Amino acid sequence: MSPEAMGLLIKGLTIAVGGIAPAFSIGFIGMKAMEGIGRNPEAAGKIFVPMLLGMAFAEAIAIYSLVVSFTL
Amino acid sequence: MSVSLAAEPIAHIAALPITNSMVNAWIAVIFFVVVAAIARRRVGLVPKGIHNIFEAIVEFMLTESQKVTEDRERAKKFLPIVGTIFLFVLVSNLLGQMPGTGSIGVREVIHGEMALIPLLRPATSDLNMTLAIAAVAVLASHLFGLVKLGPIAHLSKFVNIRGIFKAIPKGPMAVIVAIIEFGVGLIEIVSEIAKVLSLSLRLFGNIFAGEVLITIVLGIFAYFLPLPFIFLELLVAVIQATVFAMLTLAYLTVATEAHGEEHEEGNHEAKMAHAH
Repeated sequence: MSPEAMGLLIKGLTIAVGGIAPAFSIGFIGMKAMEGIGRNPEAAGKIFVPMLLGMAFAEAIAIYSLVVSFTL
Repeated sequence: MSVSLAAEPIAHIAALPITNSMVNAWIAVIFFVVVAAIARRRVGLVPKGIHNIFEAIVEFMLTESQKVTEDRERAKKFLPIVGTIFLFVLVSNLLGQMPGTGSIGVREVIHGEMALIPLLRPATSDLNMTLAIAAVAVLASHLFGLVKLGPIAHLSKFVNIRGIFKAIPKGPMAVIVAIIEFGVGLIEIVSEIAKVLSLSLRLFGNIFAGEVLITIVLGIFAYFLPLPFIFLELLVAVIQATVFAMLTLAYLTVATEAHGEEHEEGNHEAKMAHAH
């Protein structure tokens, strides 16, 4: 494999592999939030903002790998 | 059709390059100066007209920060720095969604390729900017900690020699625990640097990735297709500004809290012993 092809592959793999865990965690955060809202619909307003914050933190991991794949 | 990772210089004043993200930061600064001038005009005790909006914004930020600090005094103390960061980051992020940002520019040859140098670029999609804000935020947390707790108590969070000396009369087991705590304190120093890195990279990455995403989607099909992505970017702009301000506030709050859990526990035990 030529070095250029290897570089391209690594670029793609960085964000692809780096995106797995954040994708699962965002899904998990959403799932738990929906469960919470389902159990107690009045709490929807209170749950929504912390849910978004938690998602932003989980998403940050994917963003790091995105930055790395851009800089490669 | 690529967005460069670093902000591109569009002009030079002597040796100082003026980058396109600097222009956007200045636009944000001018915006705030104008807003401040309007807010200062004809201030009365009872807000009228547009003053209601400013008062509502400040009131909202104060109540939100009070939820984190759990203490109105500290919320009032931290609001100037946290609120400024929040509003500046928010306006900078939203300026990136303005039509013309990233699309109006000059064509230039860079590295033998024709590339578009945009005249405007969101200020927060420049790592220099986010790194500077994050460094100021974390340094401010240390300054507040130094002033609130005193230099010895604050530095003992990181280089906990005081803890070892205090543990000596309590016996060998306490000394071993204190030495482990000393090591944990040293790790805290690394975590302080990691704070700056993660704060700055999170904001930079989100806004920069949004910029690239919009560019790519616009390249695929320029009409209607980018609309949901632009909506997503508007959400990201607000959420990231909130996250940045919330984290700064959390760092400030933690830094001004005494590290003396052991003391309280000790007091508690002593009280319990008295009670028995």
